Amino acid sequence: MALLEVVGLTVEFKTANGQFRAVDAIDLTVDTGDIVAIVGESGSGKSVSMLALMGLLPWTATITAERMVFNGHNLAGLSARERRTIIGRDMAMIFQEPMSSLNPCFTVGFQIRESLKTHLNLSRRERQHRAVELLDQVGLPEPEKRLAAFPHQLSGGMNQRVMIAMAIACQPKLLIADEPTTALDVTIQAQILELLVELQRNSDMALVLITHDMGVVAETAQRVSVQYAGQKVEEQPVLPLFDAPAHPYTSALLAALPERSSGRHLASIAGVVPGQFDRPAGCLFSPRCEHVQPLCHEQVPSQTQRDGASVLCHFPLDRQGRPTHARQDHDSQNQNQNSQTDVNQINGGMQ
Amino acid sequence: MTSSSPLVVADNLTRFYTVKSGAFSKPSVVRALAGASFTLEAGKTLAVVGESGCGKSTLARVVTMIESPTSGTLTIDGKTITPDDSSARAALRSSVQIVFQDPYGSLNPRQKIGRILEEPLVINRPSMSAEEREAKARDMLRLVGLRPEHYSRFPHMFSGGQRQRIAIARALMLEPRVLVLDEPVSALDLSIQSQILNLLVDLQDQFNLAYLFISHDLSVVKHMADDVMVMYLGQPVETGSRDAVFERAWHPYTRVLLSATPVADPTHQKDRIVLTGELPSPIDPPSGCAFHPRCWKADSRCQQTAPLLQSAELPAQPISQPSAPPEAGALNHYLACHHPEK
Amino acid sequence: MNTSLTDSAATDVQAPGRFREFWFYFSENRGAVVGMVITVLLILVALFADFIAPHSATEQYRDHFLQPPFWQEGGSTEFLLGTDAVGRDLLSRLIHGTRYSFMIGAMVVLVAASGGILLGLIAGFARGWVDTIIMRIMDVILAVPSLLLALVMVAILGPSLMNAMLAIAIVLQPHYVRLTRASVLAERTKDYVTSAKVAGAGPFRLMFVTVLPNCLAPIIVQAALSFSSAILDAAALGFLGMGAQPPTPEWGTMLSEAREFILRAWWVVTFPGLAILITVLAINLMGDGLRDALDPKLKRS
Repeated sequence: MALLEVVGLTVEFKTANGQFRAVDAIDLTVDTGDIVAIVGESGSGKSVSMLALMGLLPWTATITAERMVFNGHNLAGLSARERRTIIGRDMAMIFQEPMSSLNPCFTVGFQIRESLKTHLNLSRRERQHRAVELLDQVGLPEPEKRLAAFPHQLSGGMNQRVMIAMAIACQPKLLIADEPTTALDVTIQAQILELLVELQRNSDMALVLITHDMGVVAETAQRVSVQYAGQKVEEQPVLPLFDAPAHPYTSALLAALPERSSGRHLASIAGVVPGQFDRPAGCLFSPRCEHVQPLCHEQVPSQTQRDGASVLCHFPLDRQGRPTHARQDHDSQNQNQNSQTDVNQINGGMQ
Repeated sequence: MTSSSPLVVADNLTRFYTVKSGAFSKPSVVRALAGASFTLEAGKTLAVVGESGCGKSTLARVVTMIESPTSGTLTIDGKTITPDDSSARAALRSSVQIVFQDPYGSLNPRQKIGRILEEPLVINRPSMSAEEREAKARDMLRLVGLRPEHYSRFPHMFSGGQRQRIAIARALMLEPRVLVLDEPVSALDLSIQSQILNLLVDLQDQFNLAYLFISHDLSVVKHMADDVMVMYLGQPVETGSRDAVFERAWHPYTRVLLSATPVADPTHQKDRIVLTGELPSPIDPPSGCAFHPRCWKADSRCQQTAPLLQSAELPAQPISQPSAPPEAGALNHYLACHHPEK
Repeated sequence: MNTSLTDSAATDVQAPGRFREFWFYFSENRGAVVGMVITVLLILVALFADFIAPHSATEQYRDHFLQPPFWQEGGSTEFLLGTDAVGRDLLSRLIHGTRYSFMIGAMVVLVAASGGILLGLIAGFARGWVDTIIMRIMDVILAVPSLLLALVMVAILGPSLMNAMLAIAIVLQPHYVRLTRASVLAERTKDYVTSAKVAGAGPFRLMFVTVLPNCLAPIIVQAALSFSSAILDAAALGFLGMGAQPPTPEWGTMLSEAREFILRAWWVVTFPGLAILITVLAINLMGDGLRDALDPKLKRS
């Protein structure tokens, strides 16, 4: 059985202007020892879905899910007390801003020992010993000395190591890392990513990596889930994803990478991610999609399979990067032309 | 390259700050920018690369004359600015403009787009009539890919990418010749980033703008830059044409940066050089070469004497004398290292 | 000319207006809405006092000294809330008193806020010794108990409503100075201020055009809250005989005149006291709602 199984997770927020659906029927399955990356731009709901799992969203959020099971526990039906025994012990999270994730009033050692005290039945001396061991494990030099330091006395990279030490303190089965290296410099980012992968490898822990950086995904993840405007649009192992993306959004996103460009101009995706007030009918990516068909504007797509990839698209791209409808409509040229003119009209209307 | 005289010549620019660390201790000096020299020609892009604290943002603030240099000279468009002279600044203001990283902080939330765009004209072109200003602002909106009717909206109605377009439009209102771009796309999503970079490329072609492009993202720099300057702890450690720096990175720090940047290709062979240790404090920089505590090639010479920035491919020819800033030429690859990784 | 440049960033977002967002946060606080309704009613009463009040505020009905309210034995519907010791209609005096209270509140807030904002802007922008001098003077004012300071000032200037308002304004001013300075210090490091500087904006433009409008939200909240404390302080000064002078129907002065009849005629003290209580409570509730709606720190996204 999978370590984490989420089916149809939906999160809605009550805002000044009615309900806003930040996460829309997300599925996610994570097995022990997996490294899954959740990739998406801002507003794709990638952080919100993980915060919902952890029960860390404010009261304005309504969380619904068909199934939300972690390690045999149904997360949806947990009381706050039961949730606290799981969160932080079997399931831990690290955040983007290491500086603000640590309490500036207490020493690093106090905060690590506190999390040990909450979840493990250790004596004072054992806790101290374990704290030193943890800091050593995350590669901080002179761990005894660092334990007495306050967060502001350490650099961003060191604080992120402390956060990781706290997260792995109880040997969690699942570690969720929410943009763990975005606030850090590249050389420090390399260190932290190396550390996370090493920890995962040595302890058989599952790692969910939330990021927007395609480079980080390519170098660390085994499986990738791409999110767009709150929906999961594609899920594939990392190699085929970069080699032959199935969703037009993934394909366009990869094409927009500066290192994949050849000329003076980069490939770009026109328009912006739809927000609360301009959600299109039909497929959410349809206004920006270069392979858009009339059907895309009318009907909401459902998850389909394309050799190993799960895609939310009416016309997923094939291995050569051509949309499916191009093949289907190949013999009926006339029909194809019709739909093409429709598209142009719709595009004209959008401008 | 062209024989025209460079638009911007920076010669050994420094900027120090004094900070009080406590009521009873002596104030200490932060050497945020410890001597940077470069030239920039019209229509070209010089990228400044480095990690946080390397002085690249301070350089941006000095070049845009938000702060005056502690020492060194800056020549823009043939006029020279020295630390003590502030009269030249007003004259040069419309030649150099800046675009900031955070599109949410750089537009005044209480002003409409029209007013934001017209403000530089109101201040610097008092003879211009209100109608002319408005016409110019609306033209500029069209030029950066927005619609003229966005003129009377407030910034909060726009997304991050659209705001960055507005910030670029404002910077262009005075028809500057140099644009300082301080991490212009690092706060933007990938799909928006490419739109903005394309816009910058088009504007450069159209107006023959010189860009001082500050970034920590090497893949963006590789795409945008003609020349690259790698900085570490307030000083350039390697400068040169893009190809020289990316293909023949001889400074160990440049090597580290290149190898640490994640490549969006899962089949890519990782041979990452993982640095130990943290960036030293600019209050108390290491002796000798600033990079030596983290460098795997450091020896006693690196600890004692700081290497000079000198031509990497020609026989030794120091360029840090005030009279000889680096020439823009075919062999403009300069390096500050005792043990280059040739 | 330049179609290639128009990569089309021109998708449109119809975000709702600011007012609607403000109202959403404001109306979530029930108390604030109740407070606002009461405040609006009181303002209407103040504006139309001449038409609403059944009697003149100063006319003395010699046959009706200390007549109780109408529901009590001896009361009549002619004087709904009874009369005071010299036969004036209590209800009419309260209605006219609303005018004074709101005028005091408005004047005090106007004087205190404009002076405070100006000093705060100067302190925040000048830094250095100017900042130090302004802020230390404000600290001194804050260190003296506010009512005592107001009392001393009125004692020097002579007891009158004008002088009382001035004294209260000076006492309330430091709050505005501190608030403005704090917002200025937070705002002036932001990029939009730097870009105004790069555009060549001078110090006055930076202060009043660029920065000030962005500091106003907390100042508006402070204005609402100090409106009520101005009314309270003025009533206190009136009660001590240092504010409005009889026969002005100011609530604090009314309380002071009624002091000796507390035991015999409960209504002459209760109703002015209630009027003060309701007004101050309503304005404070509204101020809390304003803070919820305007203070970005309390806003949830």
